[in-house]
This record gives sequence, structure tokens and C-alpha cells, in this order.
Amino acid sequence: MSIIFYKCVSRISVDIYINVWYNFLETEKINLGVNYLFKLAKYLKDFKLNVTIGPLCKLTEAIFELIVPIVMAKIIDVGIANGDTNYIIQHGLILVLLAVLGLSCALVCQYMASVASQGVGTALRRDLYAHINTLSYKELDKIGTPALVTRISNDVNQVQTAVAMLIRLVVRAPFLVIGATIMSFTISPRLSLIFIGAMLLIVGIMVPVMKATVKLFKKQQKSLDGISRITRENLNGVRVVRAFSRQEHEKQRFEETAEEYRKFAVKAGRINALLNPLIFIAVNTAYLLIVYFGAGFTDLSIDGLTQGKVIALVNYMTQISLALVVVANLVTIFTKAAASAARINEVFDTKSSINGAETSPKQDRSAPAIEFDNVSFSYVGGENSLDNISLKLKRGETLGIIGGTGSGKTTLANLLCRFYDCDSGEVRINGVNVRDYPTNELRRLIGIVPQKAELLSGTLRDNMTLGRTDISDEQIQNALAAAQAKEFTDKLDGGLDARILQGGKNLSGGQKQRLTIARALAQNPEIVILDDSSSALDYATDAKLRRSLKELPNVTAVIISQRANSIMHADKIIVLDDGKAVGIGTHAELLKNCEVYHEICATQYSEEELQQQEKEGGVL
Amino acid sequence: MKQTNKKGSLGRILRYMKDQIPLVVLAIICAAGSVLLSLYTTVLVGRAIDCIGIGGGKTDFAAMTPILITIAIIIPTVAVLQWLMYFLTNLITHKTVKALRTDIFKHLQDLPLSYIDANSHGDIISRVVNDVDAVSDGLLQGFQQLFTGIVTIIGTLVFMVMLNWKITLVVVCITPLSFAVAAVISKLCFNKFKEQSAIKGELTGYIDEHIGSQRLVKAFGFEQTAEVQFGEINERLNVCGRRAQFYSALTNPCTRFVNSLVYAGVGVFGALNAVKAVSGGFTVGDLSCFLQYASQYTKPFNEISGVVTELQNALASAARIFALIDEPAESSDKDKKVLENCDGNVAIENVDFSYVPEKPLIENLNLNVKSGQHIAIVGPTGCGKTTLINLLMRFYDVVDGEIRVSGNPIKDITRNSLRGNFGIVLQETWVFKGTVRDNISYGKPDATLDEIVAAAKAAHADSFIKRLPQGYDTVITNDAELSQGQRQLLSIARVMLALPPMLILDEATSSIDTRTEMKIQNAFDKMMKGRTSFVVAHRLSTIREADCILVMKSGHIVEQGTHAELLEKDGFYAELIQSRQE
Repeated sequence: MSIIFYKCVSRISVDIYINVWYNFLETEKINLGVNYLFKLAKYLKDFKLNVTIGPLCKLTEAIFELIVPIVMAKIIDVGIANGDTNYIIQHGLILVLLAVLGLSCALVCQYMASVASQGVGTALRRDLYAHINTLSYKELDKIGTPALVTRISNDVNQVQTAVAMLIRLVVRAPFLVIGATIMSFTISPRLSLIFIGAMLLIVGIMVPVMKATVKLFKKQQKSLDGISRITRENLNGVRVVRAFSRQEHEKQRFEETAEEYRKFAVKAGRINALLNPLIFIAVNTAYLLIVYFGAGFTDLSIDGLTQGKVIALVNYMTQISLALVVVANLVTIFTKAAASAARINEVFDTKSSINGAETSPKQDRSAPAIEFDNVSFSYVGGENSLDNISLKLKRGETLGIIGGTGSGKTTLANLLCRFYDCDSGEVRINGVNVRDYPTNELRRLIGIVPQKAELLSGTLRDNMTLGRTDISDEQIQNALAAAQAKEFTDKLDGGLDARILQGGKNLSGGQKQRLTIARALAQNPEIVILDDSSSALDYATDAKLRRSLKELPNVTAVIISQRANSIMHADKIIVLDDGKAVGIGTHAELLKNCEVYHEICATQYSEEELQQQEKEGGVL
Repeated sequence: MKQTNKKGSLGRILRYMKDQIPLVVLAIICAAGSVLLSLYTTVLVGRAIDCIGIGGGKTDFAAMTPILITIAIIIPTVAVLQWLMYFLTNLITHKTVKALRTDIFKHLQDLPLSYIDANSHGDIISRVVNDVDAVSDGLLQGFQQLFTGIVTIIGTLVFMVMLNWKITLVVVCITPLSFAVAAVISKLCFNKFKEQSAIKGELTGYIDEHIGSQRLVKAFGFEQTAEVQFGEINERLNVCGRRAQFYSALTNPCTRFVNSLVYAGVGVFGALNAVKAVSGGFTVGDLSCFLQYASQYTKPFNEISGVVTELQNALASAARIFALIDEPAESSDKDKKVLENCDGNVAIENVDFSYVPEKPLIENLNLNVKSGQHIAIVGPTGCGKTTLINLLMRFYDVVDGEIRVSGNPIKDITRNSLRGNFGIVLQETWVFKGTVRDNISYGKPDATLDEIVAAAKAAHADSFIKRLPQGYDTVITNDAELSQGQRQLLSIARVMLALPPMLILDEATSSIDTRTEMKIQNAFDKMMKGRTSFVVAHRLSTIREADCILVMKSGHIVEQGTHAELLEKDGFYAELIQSRQE
């Protein structure tokens, strides 16, 4: 009997019992997340049948289970005592029947639980993903990608497990504990005190042991993060490590962290290993007391005890101890799930600060294509990233944006696409405030080439159309040609069906950048934004690209760069310095009037070149 | 994953435990001791119950007391043995795991760069962290439950036979049913679980990619398409997950059912036996004992089937770990010579190279660099500039031809001594978690603070470092805190400190604004004086001063000469320069 108990405990104790407290402590920090779990309860709505029938079946099974010791006691006290063979066989058949019924109930319940929990998980993932897609940059910056990935995978899994447990065990375990205690009470009220005492003792053992291990467990977890970090560092920095021949040093560094992890694990294990033996002592002492006092009570006919009844009591004790293990298990799962639910709700509660208009506005094609009207902006809690910017650009013109790192160049592009909303002032496209466009319509007007050349896994065509079905292969080919990408895409196996690996791993930096440019052009936008998009291109390709951009009819271009010669031919150049526009004009004008611009150019051209450019009005 | 593969992995894991055999033996003894003693407790409890109510309804306390005292002595003994068993298995497991983890990492340091470049870093990290954890869980469970399980089964069988062999036969006859049920379920589960984790991986990959590229998704209005694609994988996971969960949830009720059958069988046959042997032989106490043994005997089967699932998981992970450890390492350096007194002469002769055999990249490359010369490498994107550096540093080995440094073919000298003679600044910067000071002195760990500060000053990094909260002792990581430009300055300082006879600068200043770059350039000029150097750059000012400019195009050196010579030639280089200034 005792072994059954200790085995059940040992099976889940090591990781689970630590987690109960670990998660309990964590949950407290987030204001007892059970509320959050209730918030997600609406997902159970579609599974009303499962949530009702499942626990009912479990309850029935538990009742059958509680009947078993009584039947066995009858076999002993009536069957054996009277030598009634038929009675024994009859009751044996009852036991088999109980087992069959129990099994059927359990199977129904398990099926209900599987369908409901997986269904809830799937729905949660779907909604979470859709919700994440509505968030703006501002919110995404705040939460961060890795956090979102864990929300949608790990955290949803936790909730899913909780749903399954809800159906399977929430009714059963407490019912068994209470039921068995009541049964023991009906057999012998006095001996049931031993039951209560043993339960209290077990709880009293669990709490301090778990409290002690949870601390070590946290340290162990932290040290595991270290292992992961060092591995990542070594993979990313493999060239540096080998260039400086520091492999031995890295091995040693890793071994130290691995040793630290081992020490914490062993220490935690040493304390946690106390749990099972102590519980073994508690339970076996209870058996000892039951037998001893049971014998005495039988002699004195107290509570009408018999030999068979003492055996029944021992059996109920076992059932209670098993159920207690399940209760602890449940507490863990629910605290874990509550913490996860809190994290999930945090995402759901984050509402996008940027909501597009419902209806299409009336655009005015004669108005400036791009207009910044006294625009100021700052990122969360920072100083102004852009300060009072005003600017107008006609259709078909080219705007150059130049300035040092952190001067606000990309911010300007972000406001234009309405990835962020400006704090004051207005950004207008075709005479309409960007806030008055439906978000998708606004972004269709603009083709952006981001600083970081990102590609998705899929075919080349997928990457060019990005889900739009109205882009023909011919359009794609033209875009590839304009982006100077055709020379290598023509050589790819499968042409437009060529596979691109995640992040474009099978392409060089320059190739990726050219594809991102082609992608923007293939969307046939009115405005093209190149955000420092030629940094990985050499001068020759860069020049060819700019030439082909110029040839596109009616396309307004915004070119952001650190290189003066990428933007010097623009119709208008804005020079940013710490978020302020320190100069707006053509290359020649700025060379004369704008000190910062002159300084930038001075680092990129020789003195003679500059003088010549000034003389010739900026065109060589 | 093939079964043989798994078996092989198990053997190899066990080999990691070789030097811990005494501890393993001790753990087994403790496990056996605690299990057998607690089984004996059950016998004693049965005997104690037999003392109740015999001889005119009175309990034989004279017989019962010694039994109870024996139980009272056994209880703490079992507890101590149990504790020792848990503690020892934990100790053994974590020692093994540490050895395993360290071995993977060590092997990573010996793997050729081609492997590290070609494989997902996330996947490798997952092997070092998650897969080793899975092995550790499997070992722990295997030790604790397999040991005790097997001892329990054997022990109960022996005790039962001693009590009554006929009833034992009933128990043993029902057991194969338990086996069969467990086997079927475990097989169903394993396949479904495998499928489930594959789909899970796919889903995580999708989320990772599309949330990671959220800006792109937003900018191009890709949301709806993404949601449809996501929904498709999500639904597949739902269907598979439902089955996997249901199959695995079968284990418990099914084995419990078999237990109930055993329980009923023992009850009935035991009771019948007790009736037949009224005059003694088989007592009610024996029956109680049997009932408990019956459930104790079947329990380990359930648990072992649970452990087997866990072990399968662990072995699948172990196979992934050993697959990594079995990746061929770089060719050994052991008998190679150490490059000493390098004079800085570099010769490249008839070198061919390609990353994939079907796509030749560098073909028949020839170059002769005299000591102290400055070589600038220019050319369009993807022409093989970085590849040339990979070959010089022996990050990759040439496919054909030979590179000689200081007259020695580089394949005949140790990699470390070769690399030690090159100072390298890469376009992609790297810092590790540690202080600024440690990061700068990475190539020269014994450098004094004065030397470090001097190097930082030369790299114009000193001013921003001083503004950090703890100056040179500020702990930095690769994630945030520093801008790309600042990290590049640290990389430069790192090389300024070490100063080997040859230099490689691969777009070393690409992330630094032009004004700072001008200042660093002076420091570079000083550093390059008298040192053979290879510089990949876009900026004309850097290129112009070189002793020799290599103009590369599609893996070939198409032109070679000084700036003036090449302009005069009016070829590809002249075209490149002009396009820059058009």
C-alpha cells in the first residue's frame, strides 16, 4: 500500500512539487492569476457538452471506486466467515462489473477532455495570432517577439493542460478525498481522526521542503539560461572565437557554467529527496496506528469494528493519499495555467494604438503626394525623436533623407507608413491625413524597403507577392529587373518558384537587399521608401538601381541614406540632426547653406570634388 | 529515428556513466533494500491484521506487539534508504548530464565552420539545452522507477509465491493483458507524439518567422494570408493533438482496469481458498496481504510503460545529441607545425573554392602579397570578397590549390597559430556577456588596464565607454545596450590591443558614421604600417591608398594594380569608381 503511494508521489514530485511553489510565488506577483483563467473561460462555451459529461463520468467512476473496498469487506466478513462460495463469486462478479463500468466512464471522460482541451488551445492560438497581427509597432516593441512566441506556444499549452485536468480531475480528486474520509467516518469516527492527522502531517512536510527547493530551482533555471547564452554567443561569434584562438577558454567558460548548474541541481535534489521518505514515514505510521487501534477497538466492540472493516480503512487511507497527490498536481497545473493565462490576457488586453479608418477617404491627386505638417514624435518615454518637421513633396518627385545614426531618418518613414502615430502635427498622403485611411489601403500606397533585408521562407514568387493575387509574373519580372536582381534570379533553379529559406539564408546580403527592393516595386506602389536599402550594395549596383527608380513613372520616392551620393540627385533633401531638420533643399543649395550637410559630404568626397560640385550646381 | 539508432544511443549514454559504477551499484542496493523492506512491511501488516479478533473475538496482542515494533523499526530504515537512492540517482544523472553537455560544446568548438554556418543556431542550442534536459529527465525517471519497478515486481512475485502459489498463478496469468495494453497504447502514443511534435515545431517555426518579421507583415498587409496559413497548421495540430492526448490518456484508465481485474481475481480466488482452508493455511490476513501485493505488482507495469514513453523521448533526444557529436570535426592539427616569426608574405596559388560543389565560386585564383603590402579588395556584391577572407583564415579549406603564409602552406600549420598571426575586424560585430574590459582583452587576456584603455582610445571607443554606468567594468551583452556602431568600435579596439603581423578588415567601419570613421582611419593607418593587410571596403579613400587593389567579379580577380594603374586601364574598376560619382 505504502509503495503505491510513494511511487505516485515520486513520479510527479520532483518537478511538480517544486513547481507548485515556484508558480505559486510567481502567481502572487501577478495578483493571483486565477481571475485571468476565468477570463479565458469563454473559450469553453463551444464545449459545453464536453465540460458537463466529462466530469459527470469521472464522478460516476469515483463512486464505483469507493464501492470497491466495501464489496471486498463484505467478501471477507460475510463470504469467508460463512463459507459461502456463491456469495464470494457473486461479489467477485460485481467487482468486475464495477471495473468495466469504471473503464467506460473513464474513456468517455478522457475523450471529452481531449477534444475540449485541444479545441480550446486551437481557438486560443488562432485568436492570439490574429490579435497580434492587429498590434502596432509600439505595442510589439513593448512586448517583444520572443515573449509573443512563448505566449502562443508555451502559455497556450499550459492553459490547454488545465482544461484537460479541469474535466478529468477537478471533480474526482476532492470527491475521493471527501468521500473516503466520510466512508472512514461511517466505519469508525474515532479512527478517522488518524486520517485527518496524517493528511495534516503530509501537508506540513510538503510546504517547507518545497519552499526550500523552489529557491534552488530558480537558481538552477538561471544557470541553465547561462548555458543557453554561452552556446548562442559561441555560435554567433564563432569567427571571432577562432580568429583569436580562444576555443579552450570558451570550453572552460562553458564547463564552469555547466558545473554551476550541476551543483544547484544536486543541491535541490538532495533537499527534494526528503519529500518521499518523510511522506513514507507519515503514511506508514498511519497504517500502524490504524491496525493497532483497530485491533483494540475490535476487541472492545467500539464503533462495531471487524477485521474486514480494518482492511477497508487501510484501503481508504490509500485512496486518500493517492487523491492528495492528485490535488497537489492540480494545484500546480492550475497555478501554472493561471500564470500563463495572465500572460495571454496581457496580450489580449494590449489594444492597438493605431486603428485605421473604416471607409476609404477621397484622395486628391493634385495635392502634394507627401506632406509633413509640423510633425513631432517621441518613442515611449524618450526625448523627441522628431521635432517640428514640415515638408511637402510633389507627385513623382524624389526626397532624400540624410543624417547621422539616431538622427530620426527611419522614424520619418515609420510615421509616413503610420507604423507609429505622431504626437503632434499631421502627416498627409495625397492630401489626406494618414489617420483617415484604412490601414491596409494606406500601406498599399506605399512600398517600403526596410533597413534589414527580411525574406520569408517560401518561393521567390511568394516573397514578391506577399499574399496579393493581383500581381502578375510579368510585374514581378519587371520589378526584379528594376531592382537589379534579375541577373541572379534568372539563374535560380525554378525561376519564380525557387525556394527561399527562412530569413533568405540561401542568399547573400546584397541579393537579399535587391529582392526586398523588387518586392516593394512589385506591389506597384505610388510611393517607394528605401530605408538605407543600398548599404549592402556596391556603388555600381546602387547607381544602376537609382537610375531605374527614376524611370518609373509617377512614383514618388523617399531615399534614406548615410551616403551623400545616394541622395544627391533627389529633388529635395532633408538633413536631420538629432530629430531636427537642419536643412531642406537641393544638393547644391545645401552644400552652400547647410553646415551639417557640408560636413557629411566632406567626409565622403575630396575637397576638389566638393568645390566642383558647388560650382556645377551639384551635378557632376 | 531508427530503433538501432536508439539502442546505440542508450549504450553511449551508459558509457558516460562508466566511472560512476560504484555509485550506481550503491543506488541499486538502496533501491532494492528499500523496496524489499517495504514489501516486507506489507507482510507484517497482514500478519498484524491476522491477530485481530481471533480466539473468541479477542486480539492476540502478545503476538501483534512484536510485529508492530518490527514495522516501527523498518519504517525509518526504508526512509533512509529511499533518501539515499534519490540522492544518488540525482547525483549520477547530473554528473552524466554535465559530461554530455560539455562534450557537445567542446565538439562545437572543433566543428568546421561550414557546419555552423549551414545549420540553424536555434536547433543547435536546443540540442545543448532541451535535448540534454530530456535525457536527464529520462535518466532520472529510468533510474528511480525502472530500478524500483523491477525490484518490486520480482519481490512481490517471490513474496506471493511464498504465501500461496495458486493465487500467484492467477495474478501472473492476468499480467500479460497489462503488458499488451501498455504496449499497444505506448505504440499509438509514440507515433502520434512524434507527429504532434513535428507539427508543433512547424507551428513554432511559422510563428517565430512571422512574428519576428512582423514589420514586414504589417508593411505589406500580409496579415490575412498569414492567418490563413497559420490556421491550416493550427487545425492540423488540433486534429493530431486530440488523438495524441486521447491515446496517452488511455494508459491510466486501461491499466487501472487491468488492476481492478487482478484485484477482483485475487479477492475471489483468495476468498475461495480461505473458505476451503478454514482450519488454517490461508488466512484473511494473507488475503489482505495478497490484495495489496496484487496492486503493488501491477503498478510497476503501468509505471514502467510510462517510463518507457519518457525513455523513448529521451532516446530520441540522445540520438539528436549524438548526431551532433558524430559530425566530423575539422582535420586534426596535432602533428602540424606552429607558425613562428611570420614575415607577412602571403601567396595564393591556383585556388579553387566553392561552398556547394555544383556552384563553383572561386576559380583559379592567384595572388602574391609581399610583406607589409596593403591589399584592397573591391567588387560587386557576392563576388567572393568575404570568401577570400574565409580561406585566408582557414575558416574554410580550399578545394584545390594552395595558400602559403610566410612560405608555409597553411594546411601544414596549426589553425590557431595561423589565425594568431591575423588581426581581424568583421562587418558583423560580436560581443559576449561580460565587462567591456574583458570584451576588449578577448584576444590578449593578460592585458593590463592601461593597455586596454590605450587600445580603446585608439579605436575612439574610450569616450563612449567612459560614459557607461561602470565604465570599463560595465557588463554588456550582445542583445542591446550598445549600438551597432559602438560594438564595431569595440571590435576594432580588440584588434588594436592584440596587433598581430597581418590584418584583415572586412567592412570594418560599415556601421560607423563618416565623421567618426575619419578619425579611426588615422588609427588604422598607424596600425597597418609595416603589416600585411587585406581590406574589404566600399569607401574610396580607403581603397585609393592600397598598394594593390584586387578587383573581383564572380569569384575571379579580373583586375589587379594600384588605383592609378587601374584608372588608366579604364576597365571594370574604372567603371565601378565612375558609377559612384555619376
